[in-house]
Amino acid sequence: MAVVNYDSELKRAGAHSTHGWRRLTFLAQRYMLGTIGLFIMIMFVWVAISADLICRFSPLSVDSTHRLAAPDAVHWLGTDSFGRDVWSRIVHGARISLAVGIGATLLGSTLGVIVGLVSGYLSGWVDLLFQRVTDILQALPLLVLALVMTAALGPSLPNVIIAIAIPLIPTVARVIRANTLALRELPFVEAAKSIGMSETRIAIRHVLPNTLAPLIVLATAQLGSTILTEASLSFLGLGIPEPYPSWGRMLSESAAEYVRTAPWLVIFPGVAISLAVFGTNLFGDALRDILDPRQRG
Amino acid sequence: MFAYIVRRLALMFVTLIGISIIIFVLLRVVPGNIVDILFDAAGFVDPADKANLEKELGLSDPIVVQYFRWIGGLLHGDLGYSYVSEKPALQEILPRIPITARLAGLALLFSAAIGIPLGVISAVHQGTRLDYALRIVSLSGLSLPSFWLGLLILMASVSMFGTMPIFNPNPKTWTEAIAIYAVPAMAVGFRSAALTMRITRSSMLEILRQDFIRTARAKGASENSVNYRHALKNAILPVITVIGIEAAFLIGGLIVTETVFNIPGIARFLVEALRWRDYPIVQNLVMLIAVVVVFANFTVDLLYAAIDPRIRYGD
Repeated sequence: MAVVNYDSELKRAGAHSTHGWRRLTFLAQRYMLGTIGLFIMIMFVWVAISADLICRFSPLSVDSTHRLAAPDAVHWLGTDSFGRDVWSRIVHGARISLAVGIGATLLGSTLGVIVGLVSGYLSGWVDLLFQRVTDILQALPLLVLALVMTAALGPSLPNVIIAIAIPLIPTVARVIRANTLALRELPFVEAAKSIGMSETRIAIRHVLPNTLAPLIVLATAQLGSTILTEASLSFLGLGIPEPYPSWGRMLSESAAEYVRTAPWLVIFPGVAISLAVFGTNLFGDALRDILDPRQRG
Repeated sequence: MFAYIVRRLALMFVTLIGISIIIFVLLRVVPGNIVDILFDAAGFVDPADKANLEKELGLSDPIVVQYFRWIGGLLHGDLGYSYVSEKPALQEILPRIPITARLAGLALLFSAAIGIPLGVISAVHQGTRLDYALRIVSLSGLSLPSFWLGLLILMASVSMFGTMPIFNPNPKTWTEAIAIYAVPAMAVGFRSAALTMRITRSSMLEILRQDFIRTARAKGASENSVNYRHALKNAILPVITVIGIEAAFLIGGLIVTETVFNIPGIARFLVEALRWRDYPIVQNLVMLIAVVVVFANFTVDLLYAAIDPRIRYGD
């Protein structure tokens, strides 16, 4: 007869580690892939912050005697056609990627929350109008809309952030609106109303906090795609302008001609983009499993 | 059902009008039009010449007049003239559509053929090493930029065959046709395959937990019959949504892939036209993309009702 050791079963399910540090270590073990993702993300933030400390060369300094040098002890990842150090450019490129990734995701989510909350809370013609606008924004692929917007606004860091943030609004707004509509009908909102709380206060203090879990899940998922979109825009020459070291820009069209002669120029920036996005995706997946158990799978 | 279709068509019409206005205004917010670019390149600027050219291109009229001229033309099948080539925009756009459509079709085929079976396998073996490995592959598919994947493929082709595939509108042999279309289609379809696999997996997992699956097993149905005839049949709906939406959104991946492989399709054309401020081309291409997206969504919704008898669009 099988004997069930209830204590060890409970421990395996994490019943003893409900708070603080123990809960964190439990989750870290349970979601190994997510922990790896978090580790990659932390590494990228650290690289971006301490970029000046871990590079021996300026990412912008041109050295005509060392053009297209292969990786060696001095230039770890080689140099590009201007003789700029590829390692320094990739390390400094982390700043651009992070700035655009975090900036666009924050801006897009904030605007999306406002639109979704107002739309779900006011209903009526405001809701109808907002929904048509989100329909319009959703009818164009992210990259197409971002391309047209950067072309219209002109290539610069803030403009790229805006151009990527706007197309993110509809998805966030949809999720927040659906959540708001469901929450409005719940007894605790009714209770808040009955004690005379104002609608704005209810929306901000009661409804908004309850939509945070899906919002965080969505924002983490979008972080990866904003980094990819910035890379694509810069690759096409319509994103971050020269001489800023953007990973996508380093791979720009001219890269096709280096496929034969200088493969390090093609391989390393791509590895950086993929690793950064892979890390956020791994972490985002684990976060979704933890915060949104209904979608677990 | 009829009322539903009419309502959807009306909403689609509103959406398309909205897009046309937004794109038109966005393009004209740009400081500097084609005339400025041309004259900057020439160096010498005679204001009278410049004004003449602007007038000839209709750029000196009020923006509302310009908009209605465009929409009016659109309804007659007249898309205006490309500023760069000075040919009718329709002539420039039409021959490029089949190239992009072929690539997109192949990419979708690839993503369904790879993504659905792998998704089922991953779900059936949930929690095993195989499942872990497949999940990592699919996550990496969502993380690799498709232009980098394209560049890596070019690199592999150089080191293996010593040359790169060069686009040729009339491939002579089968191998050439595969190199020209299938390889870029795979580069762009890898992402969709990964997405399809993820959705298939999570949808399958949900279905496999349900009672009728246990019933099927209890009746003695074989493992394959349970997985494919009972579970997949019911799990396929979200997968179709994703493939349908990806069909339209593939254009984003195609923009960079066509650029990498130097394929003269509409996606690369959009980027070129944006660089040249070739408004007539840009606005018509964006409208074309929007029409495709909107109709793809509509078709997916109609497919739902056709596939799943539980879904009926009443009023």
